[in-house]
Amino acid sequence: MNDTNELVLEVADLHTVFTTPRGVMRAVDGVSMSLRAGETLGIVGESGSGKSVLGRTVMGLIADNATTAVSGSVRIGGHDVHAMKPKDRRKLWGPEVAMVFQDPMTSLNPVKRVGAHITEALRLHLGLNRKDAHERAIDLLRQVFIPEPARRMKQYPHELSGGMRQRVVIAMALACDPKLLIADEPTTALDVTVQKQILDLLASLASQRNMATILISHDLGAVEGRTDRVAVMYGGRTVETSLTSRVFARPAHPYAEALLASIPRIADAPHTVLRAIEGAPPNMLAPPGGCSFAPRCRLAQDRCREEQPQLREMSDGVRGLHAEASHLGACHFPLTEVTERQEVG
Amino acid sequence: MAGSGTAHMRPDASPVLTVDQMVVEFPVGRKQVVHAVSGLNIDLLPGETLGILGESGCGKSSAGRAVMQEPPPTSGEVRLDRQALTGLKPRELRRARSKMQMIMQDPVSSLNPRRKVRDLVAEGLAIWGFEGDDKDAAVRETLVAVGLDPDVVWDRRAHELSGGQCQRVCIARALMMNPEVLICDEPVSALDVSVQAQILNLLEKTKEKFDFSMIFIAHDVSVVKNISDRVMVLYLGKTCEVLPSTGMETAALHPYTRTLIASIPGGEEIATPGDPVTGPVASDRPMSAAATELPSPLNPPSGCRFRTRCPLATDRCSAEEPQLRPVGEGHFIACHNVAV
Amino acid sequence: MRSDKSRARAENRTRTLLVGAALLVAGGAVAGFGWTTPTLVLAGKAVLVLAGLGLIFHGIARLVVGFRGKPVDLLFVLAVVWLIGICVAAVLAPLLPLGEHNDVAKTLVEPTNMAPSLLTDHPLGTNNQGLDLLSRSLHGARTSLAISLLAVTIGTVVGGAIGVMAGYFRKGVDSVVGIFTNALLAVPPLILLITLSTFLDPSLRNMALALSLLTIPSMVRLARANTIAFAQREFVMAARLMGATRFRVMTRELVPNVLLPVCSMAVVMISALIVAEASLSFLGLGIQQPDPTWGNMIAEGEGGAMEDYPHIVLVPGAFLFLTVFSFNLLGEKAQKRWDTRSAKL
Repeated sequence: MNDTNELVLEVADLHTVFTTPRGVMRAVDGVSMSLRAGETLGIVGESGSGKSVLGRTVMGLIADNATTAVSGSVRIGGHDVHAMKPKDRRKLWGPEVAMVFQDPMTSLNPVKRVGAHITEALRLHLGLNRKDAHERAIDLLRQVFIPEPARRMKQYPHELSGGMRQRVVIAMALACDPKLLIADEPTTALDVTVQKQILDLLASLASQRNMATILISHDLGAVEGRTDRVAVMYGGRTVETSLTSRVFARPAHPYAEALLASIPRIADAPHTVLRAIEGAPPNMLAPPGGCSFAPRCRLAQDRCREEQPQLREMSDGVRGLHAEASHLGACHFPLTEVTERQEVG
Repeated sequence: MAGSGTAHMRPDASPVLTVDQMVVEFPVGRKQVVHAVSGLNIDLLPGETLGILGESGCGKSSAGRAVMQEPPPTSGEVRLDRQALTGLKPRELRRARSKMQMIMQDPVSSLNPRRKVRDLVAEGLAIWGFEGDDKDAAVRETLVAVGLDPDVVWDRRAHELSGGQCQRVCIARALMMNPEVLICDEPVSALDVSVQAQILNLLEKTKEKFDFSMIFIAHDVSVVKNISDRVMVLYLGKTCEVLPSTGMETAALHPYTRTLIASIPGGEEIATPGDPVTGPVASDRPMSAAATELPSPLNPPSGCRFRTRCPLATDRCSAEEPQLRPVGEGHFIACHNVAV
Repeated sequence: MRSDKSRARAENRTRTLLVGAALLVAGGAVAGFGWTTPTLVLAGKAVLVLAGLGLIFHGIARLVVGFRGKPVDLLFVLAVVWLIGICVAAVLAPLLPLGEHNDVAKTLVEPTNMAPSLLTDHPLGTNNQGLDLLSRSLHGARTSLAISLLAVTIGTVVGGAIGVMAGYFRKGVDSVVGIFTNALLAVPPLILLITLSTFLDPSLRNMALALSLLTIPSMVRLARANTIAFAQREFVMAARLMGATRFRVMTRELVPNVLLPVCSMAVVMISALIVAEASLSFLGLGIQQPDPTWGNMIAEGEGGAMEDYPHIVLVPGAFLFLTVFSFNLLGEKAQKRWDTRSAKL
């Protein structure tokens, strides 16, 4: 299908700024990233980190208007999403890029049958006739492991369970064979036992189709092991990005490190005191000066509160690697083996 | 799972809270009934934390609320300090159950948006007619105990606080009642990841300081294990397994508990290769979505309620309901087919 | 790039200010010409004055945008100014140096049916008995506002209390209240009022009581719906678990939250009641002549007076229109802000 090395997505210095009645909010504040066919990028962050706004801006769902200013560039398959007319942008949705949202119920029209949701996209974008579209839709439902697909085609969304609905939404997203799939918290509304299956399904579909995937999640566990690279977001900026295995094993940014340490692990004994991060995520209407994590950071110094750190190479060890596999972090005083050993000591 | 029985109860101990054969059912038109909880038995010892684990729809929240008599259970008995709460007159119930408090999932919605923190936390005292200079001092002391600066939050309202701070206010409000039992219903699942640990640590700390027992209801195995002494796994309103939290990730035997553990990140590695549920043979099965469908609580399966999703299910499971049986020290499961 | 933007913004602002000033001057000229010209019939004058006022409005709006940098809801500001003005004038009407409003004996020497002329003793003209229209309009405002405010207060207190109880207790109370409100709503309001007026004296108090009957059913419904929504929130359960009595839950937890949507509804209702009161007075069922209300002042235009002396109808009509319009605008704004359906607290 796609050339393995094809650059599917290029985001350069993207800013999304909302003007709200209560002030200006820099929801996304200078994010750059790129993604090749077949690659999976995890975007991890808490509420207010800008991860969902980033996903929607990349998709072109958030664009310049009276209260929103988007600057920087997003190129999907060579098309500059934000330089296009809204009409042309809509043509990208489906064949080039598709999105899966958190709540499957809001993505589905409650008065439309499951089949109609999928066949409509097929007939609109691929120009299939009614019969071909129907067969293709059944095939898609089968690919997302929905049992008895022919019967499900005639059902309404409310007749399906949450997990089934999300499978239908994924089938809709895949209908036109997108080169890039953006999944925004695809499992947050689902049960724990179903979450894993949806994530595994997304991963296997992506590798079958050599599709680039962005997995946006607040759940570190969902991203670990299912993505090639990860970007950790805080306060609208990328604070650390590298190979997923590397970030999880050797986080360089104190936020990434503290976040990983604050999660209870199943292997820990009961009543283990968790290493909590004090404070709360920043108020994006009045972000702190300097590094936005500084008020909560145990290593923060005066410089952190005055000067905003820029993304830079964090470790020499991987410099020889592919440019996209380098380990970037935005911190004046990144964690090295030395500082960590001091901490433990 | 989907089992009944009282094998896990400790008749010799003197529990602070006892739940006896509690059934919670909600009528939903056309003579249909949601079987939220079907015959739950709990004994909670002083100072103990019982974790109740299960997916949404397993009846864990209904159970927590029924213990609080909000609404009262359809049948069965709830005893707090040997006093039966079920069947009390409203006036007596108001006083009796005030020794039991609840922390709910959505901290922002748990606080009246029109009231200030000082009034929210002092509400318990105001209800029971406790006025005077000591009131402010007591509120301040409790706010400090939950890690809030009284001078900063004193006059704030819920929308001026972060989610974590709101949950701290809720905990302070509960502590003002000097509870013997605190029921926490998913207290951290609405919070930011970085804030969850703060609240979990706070609950542990205050439990020690204020000396109460706790029922901790959640869907996250790691969180429940971290905070509990004993874990009870629920499925469709029935108890599957009761076990000590220490080492539960390897000790758990019930197929449903194993499924829950296998679905957490890194949980696959815990599952041993010979594990009949999550081992290599079984891992082919979960791809079929049918195996993950939670049956309708309107019409739960006969026999063992988990049998429709269970890789070990046999004919016996649909005919006969498994009873809780001991399989180890403080460890009980309700399953016909797990060999011990 | 940033300096480009700020320069562009400065240019934009200058242009806005210039256009605003131009519109203002043009509007003033058109309106002034329309008002003073002797060459046009009254209809033509009115059109010119209205067009001029429209231009002035847009001119001011632009000037405000230019000076403050952000748009202002000018219509809303004008509505509030009008309401404050009319209320103050109505309260102070007996103390103001106005012409005679109801004593025909004192107006024997005054000109009758005099057309509005701003710089005379009768800026808004006189009626067929020589009574001053400005004075009558302001005294009319006293009655109209007093009756509608009193009626809305009764309706809000009674309807709100019934609604909160119905919404909190549900079951028996709710069904009885439901039947009662539906029955009241099923009777056409005008018929109800006409029936009542057959055995009630048309005094201020009786009018208010009769009109409050119109507001009670909608208030009950609104208060009930909001109570049900808030009663499901967890803070109500928390209060109950602490041992609060049902009375305390209603007064401390529910009423403060239900109050805002109910009050914004009340503001909208004032305007409906002003119209209702005017309709009754117009039909001769309300306050009787010579005491003025807007409704019976408009009724003076009957029998050919309107054709010869349009100002006799237009003056009280304008007062009625502007007041109703302003209350509606204010109420809608309040509803948008405080109704549970749109507010997410």
